[in-house]
Amino acid sequence: MTGIVALYIFMLAAFTGYEVISRVPVILHTPLMSGSNFVHGIVLVGAMVALGNAHSPLEKTIGFFGVLLAAGNAVGGYVVTERMLEMFKSSKAPRSAPGER
Amino acid sequence: MPATPAPWSAGSLIQASYFVTAVLFITGLKRMSSPVSARSGIIWAGAGMLVATLVTFAYPGMSNYPLIGAALVLGAALAWWSGKRVAMTNMPQMIALYNGMGGGAAASIAAVELYRGGSGGAVGTTLAVVGGLIGAVSFSGSAIAFAKLQGLIKRSIRFPGQQIVSLLLLAAALLQGVLEVAHPGGSGVYVTGLLIFALLLGLAMTLPIGGADMPVVISLYNALTGLAVAFEGFALHNAAMIIAGTVVGSAGTLLTQLMAKAMNRSLGNVLFSGFGEGSVAGGGEVSGSLKTIEASDVGVMLAFAQKVIVVPGYGMAVAQAQHKIWELCQLLIDRGVTVRFAIHPVAGRMPGHMNVLLAEAGVPYDLIGDLEEINGEFDTADVALVIGANDVVNPVARTDKSSPIYGMPILNADRAQNVIVIKRGQGAGFSGIENALFYLDNTRMLYGDAQKVGSALIAAIKALG
Repeated sequence: MTGIVALYIFMLAAFTGYEVISRVPVILHTPLMSGSNFVHGIVLVGAMVALGNAHSPLEKTIGFFGVLLAAGNAVGGYVVTERMLEMFKSSKAPRSAPGER
Repeated sequence: MPATPAPWSAGSLIQASYFVTAVLFITGLKRMSSPVSARSGIIWAGAGMLVATLVTFAYPGMSNYPLIGAALVLGAALAWWSGKRVAMTNMPQMIALYNGMGGGAAASIAAVELYRGGSGGAVGTTLAVVGGLIGAVSFSGSAIAFAKLQGLIKRSIRFPGQQIVSLLLLAAALLQGVLEVAHPGGSGVYVTGLLIFALLLGLAMTLPIGGADMPVVISLYNALTGLAVAFEGFALHNAAMIIAGTVVGSAGTLLTQLMAKAMNRSLGNVLFSGFGEGSVAGGGEVSGSLKTIEASDVGVMLAFAQKVIVVPGYGMAVAQAQHKIWELCQLLIDRGVTVRFAIHPVAGRMPGHMNVLLAEAGVPYDLIGDLEEINGEFDTADVALVIGANDVVNPVARTDKSSPIYGMPILNADRAQNVIVIKRGQGAGFSGIENALFYLDNTRMLYGDAQKVGSALIAAIKALG
């Protein structure tokens, strides 16, 4: 990938992110922030590659924490977003019984 | 040192999979921006993540698989456990925490690549340095945001010359970065310096910011982590990271602007003014006295009202009162009272925080109005029921130019015939500003935990038969 192609990707992705979010209703702001938080959990693949190419004990230690943190970002982001969006499932019709409490 | 194998020439399966991942992410985010399809959105994005993660095991030239597997399982298990356990009211700080982890991961990638001597030449090293700097700031900054919202840090820590210290730390981190680019593959001392200064910068930037501004700060760090991931993606020639990171970077920036706009403050103001604590509370004195009322009287007032507008705030979240409040409102609706919920964009600790809680309790969308929709309706409301909200209903924001919140759009709760304020105690709100609403002639204070007060109100209305 040449630098200029990378720049094109960067520009197009930036516009995409802006457009995707620009029409979002306020009620979805928190779930969407959580969802985008999950999406940057893709850092996991980079962390895996970094650890996979680490050699010295220092590199391996840092790489280990990198993968650990990235996995936390991805899985945690997914779980909380899913839990939040779960609540929007059947809210068209008023529900009578509140959940567990 | 063996160079990183150039992934662009590696298996086309990996490239194709990353392409699919990018498509799934963008589709997922798109679906998440509409209430009807939101739930499926996260599943699309999740599928993308799964594809990318699995295919990365087939990346050429990798070793340390046991370490990768162990870190993956450990991190995933901890996050799964904590994410399933956390209460809905604590979502904002969990998002801050997971976001900080992402920033830390980006910084770790930069550290490993740079300690290893890098392979991308000056451009690659520069990108790794910038990503590492941003990632480390996001890591320590998000950790502070988490600690503040979780109540681990109670006060904002301020000292004279704070902004100068931040600027010096930024300059020091940048200097280390420049030295690293100029001397690639050196002893690694510049990398260490870069990361330490960046981590300190995150602390120095976030410690002085008050809790009221945390939604904006978390959103900003979310965007920053996205950018850091994109930069590390450039350094690693990883298209999935570039696209996902950039999309989050721009979407997060927009979201941050929307939030800052709702508070009528610029981002610079949020970061550098130190608003949000009692110590800077300004504005004129408020005259008048607080008038209290009993729950039984409020019950009667609500039961015989034509129209009630509920204004929920952080106090409702803290008391976990959303179920009780909805139960109360259903009773009122059964009696023929028109009930609406008015949500201020920055009520609670995150934009949409109140919507999430009300959705959890089962409140239908059509009863919920945002600022513009509902502000005209307060004039015709018999009762505005303010539950643990404070600054977002403070009329001082309209009138008092010396107030720190002057100009912030507020909900016009003061225009209702009667205003009932349910509040834990007599203290000021998160911003520390006296609320003129509480002293109005048509306002009555109902002190107590929102959940207990809710129960008392339900009992009072049921007693009416």
